Amino acid sequence: MKSAVVVFPGINRERDMARTLKLVSGAEPSMVWHADTELPPGTDLVVIPGGFSYGDYLRCGAIAARAPIMDAVRAHAGRGGLVLGVCNGFQILCESGLLPGVLMRNAALRFICKDVYLRVERSDTPFTRDYNAGQVIRVPVAHGEGNYVADSETVTRLEGDGRVAFRYVAPDGKLDPRWNINGATNAIAGILSERGNVLGLMPHPENHVETAIGPTDGRGLFAGLTQHFAKVA
Amino acid sequence: MKARVTVTLKTGILDPQGKAIEGALKSLGVAGVASVRQGKVFDIEVEGTDRAQVEAALKDAADKLLANTVIENYRVEVLG
Repeated sequence: MKSAVVVFPGINRERDMARTLKLVSGAEPSMVWHADTELPPGTDLVVIPGGFSYGDYLRCGAIAARAPIMDAVRAHAGRGGLVLGVCNGFQILCESGLLPGVLMRNAALRFICKDVYLRVERSDTPFTRDYNAGQVIRVPVAHGEGNYVADSETVTRLEGDGRVAFRYVAPDGKLDPRWNINGATNAIAGILSERGNVLGLMPHPENHVETAIGPTDGRGLFAGLTQHFAKVA
Repeated sequence: MKARVTVTLKTGILDPQGKAIEGALKSLGVAGVASVRQGKVFDIEVEGTDRAQVEAALKDAADKLLANTVIENYRVEVLG
């Protein structure tokens, strides 16, 4: 799997992401600068990591979404290439129009930094194939703006087309407003694009991949992607 | 020319910040506050003297960057 991690000024999770990609896939990702206009030839997966691109000025992800490299990311997605956005990366994908909706301020107005439980809604995507549908995983979040909002038509379409990839749930996998940490519509934690090749999610699976640190539930996302490309090749 | 772009949340979009400000105003005892919605104001100086052209440029700016039209409305005023 040939992956590229996009680096914007103010991003701070790119090293975690690169480390996880190397650890799980075995291949070192390329780091691509925001001012570049092309992805490395043969890139399979583009990853937009978390952080605070451009200081979260104006709106989270708004300025990064208009950076020169994003035209190349859009073209990659247009060709059916895989794109993964985590946290600020999810916000950037929404602002760039690659995913619908927007991430608003958390309902309780607080920055939330803790482990959460996610239900994997489907296992038939390149991103979730290493999980079982309905499986509950424990991964951390660290965000102030993760409250997913879209107009009701868009939400209906997302739900109807099975494009909700992850939801915030109680540890037993049941929906419970107390475990919907940021007040997101329908407890949405991650969504897929119409063609299923772009995934954005607020939690950080890349931070739960090593037993030395704790749970390893995040590993499946990267293991699934690696399997996907091993099969394609 | 001086101009102003005002960005506000669309009706129906939850505004937790506005709610918090509303609560603070009420706890300060400011009389008659029924509700608060917060937004952003951009004061922009634009080169050129053609009002229509300046207005068109600012609409372009608002559509491309200043507002996220999924959740926000904007208003452009050319102040002269």
